[in-house]
Amino acid sequence: MPETVLFYVFAAVAIGASLLVIGQRNPMYSIMLLIASFGALSALYIQLDAPFVAMAQIIVYAGAIMVLFLFVVMLLNAPQEDAAQWDRTHPLRRPGVARFGAMLAALLIVQLVWALVRVSDVGVAVGARGDVAELSSVRSVGRVLFTDYVFAFEATSILILVAMVGAVLLAAREEQR
Amino acid sequence: MIPLGHYLVVSAVLFAIGTAGVFLRRNLITILLSIEIMLNAVNLSFVAFGRAQGTVDGQIITFFVMTVAAAEAAVGLAIVIALFRHRESLNPDAFTSLKW
Amino acid sequence: MEQATLRFVIQLGIIGLTFFMLINASALLVLAERKIMGFMQQRYGPYLVGPHGLLQPLADILKLLFKEELRPKGADKWLFTLAPIVSITAAFAAFAAVPWGAETTFFGLLDTPVKLGVADVNVAVLVVFAITSMGVYGIVLAGWSSNSKYSLLGGLRSSAQMISYELAYATALASVIMLAGSLSLRSVVDAQAGYWFGFVPRWYLFLQPVGFIIYVIAGVAETNRAPFDFPEAEQELVAGYNTEYSSVRFALFPQAEYINMTTMSAVATDLYLGGWHGPFLERYGLGWAWFLIKVGVILFAYIWVRWTVPRYRYDQLMQFGWKWLFPAAVLNLIATAALILYFNA
Repeated sequence: MPETVLFYVFAAVAIGASLLVIGQRNPMYSIMLLIASFGALSALYIQLDAPFVAMAQIIVYAGAIMVLFLFVVMLLNAPQEDAAQWDRTHPLRRPGVARFGAMLAALLIVQLVWALVRVSDVGVAVGARGDVAELSSVRSVGRVLFTDYVFAFEATSILILVAMVGAVLLAAREEQR
Repeated sequence: MIPLGHYLVVSAVLFAIGTAGVFLRRNLITILLSIEIMLNAVNLSFVAFGRAQGTVDGQIITFFVMTVAAAEAAVGLAIVIALFRHRESLNPDAFTSLKW
Repeated sequence: MEQATLRFVIQLGIIGLTFFMLINASALLVLAERKIMGFMQQRYGPYLVGPHGLLQPLADILKLLFKEELRPKGADKWLFTLAPIVSITAAFAAFAAVPWGAETTFFGLLDTPVKLGVADVNVAVLVVFAITSMGVYGIVLAGWSSNSKYSLLGGLRSSAQMISYELAYATALASVIMLAGSLSLRSVVDAQAGYWFGFVPRWYLFLQPVGFIIYVIAGVAETNRAPFDFPEAEQELVAGYNTEYSSVRFALFPQAEYINMTTMSAVATDLYLGGWHGPFLERYGLGWAWFLIKVGVILFAYIWVRWTVPRYRYDQLMQFGWKWLFPAAVLNLIATAALILYFNA
């Protein structure tokens, strides 16, 4: 019973915060709300017996990627979206398009949810199978990561190197090159 | 116990919110944030399915998705910085010089 | 009272006690810093308030509470108030995963022993690391939302410094985790019980001397203290990111800093100095006294270094973190892994 309540609370926070993220005009507020959403998702991961992923979510997403976004927003002194300029620059009448897009998004949600509740096997309780102690231990994650997925692991390390070099190169000023 | 479907519904809703953000917002930073929302929705799906099957594979795929998301955020923001230096605007509608 | 409710009450009591001790720690550290600074500069620190200045922190807190709450006109309304809240919350929350004593049954009151510590998480090291990296937001938001030159510069520098030294911090942690074989802080401490040759305690300090030095240096840089406190240096940046803050909002920032110091010292004690293990006292369930003594020694070292060593210039600081400390930590990690393989083969 308490875990169902916790699930609903965290799911509501995640969805609510994400809705507010796409609704904010100030990108700074969007980033803060997204961090809140990530925190709620991290709590959901803990409920799914994945503490390593939960902590990695906080360390990597909320602690590193969002700091990167924050720095960029601060250093660019990013202008907020101006509503009047919005309506003027886009040829199609903005509010109409926005409403249509929102309706399409709602339709997508309805479709996905309808499909999901029709699939069998989805009503099974998460956590019925598998040994909790083994699943939530970092040792088993590490073991599988370095045996079955070792190629992907090495490939991602090269990917990160490429991304680092690329980011520095792209963001460097022209006269410094 | 919480049925698997509940987690999948949350993931689907988050994914739809992210998609709506990418299409409807006219600010490059917010578009990148919406992409991060979509990636997180997918992560939640992976972990939920992994748990339902009783393996750690879901967590491992999530680990890789997070790594790729970090790399993509870094490069994406570098591109945003370079674009901002050109046009002093974060509105994607300002970058239309290749439009026919 | 039945066992279940008694356990619940006792665990709530432990949580409350930990919280209370952290608040006291920050207050006492204010006093300790000024007294130790005074003695090092050949004067008595605060002397008038209370016997030998012991009530000075109380006077400081009362003064801060009665000051006027200011907010600059251009400051962002929400973020200006949110920043100290994020700082202090992250500081307190990080200590939640740190165990500070062995299991105890409170002299037979409980059937099964309860662990001394707010939470026993099996990924405790990651939890502490994750929450301390959230503390960066308090500083960044404070710097940005104050809408002032000094604040912005201080905030940016401070947060860049913190995220740079997190790498060396995490790598030094990883070396200890390899030795202990578990991410749970309680297991790491328990792996350090016992003695070699009968009198040398099995602390990881002796197995990882370089790692300990790297960890302490990175910890000092993480908490914006001692030689790495350029972002809040009075001579350069007025007060850095908390220039525009006053009264209660201001008070939360140094308090968060002192609690971060305490958490770093507590984690260092658990990882390298054997936590609550020590001669004599453990038999009587007083292992936490050793813990307090060890944490106190590290905190004294923090204050000692601050008033002895000149501060780094900002670019020297960043160079040191990236070019010297992080490679040293990586080499330490590789050497530890190689030696573990060699001695276990």
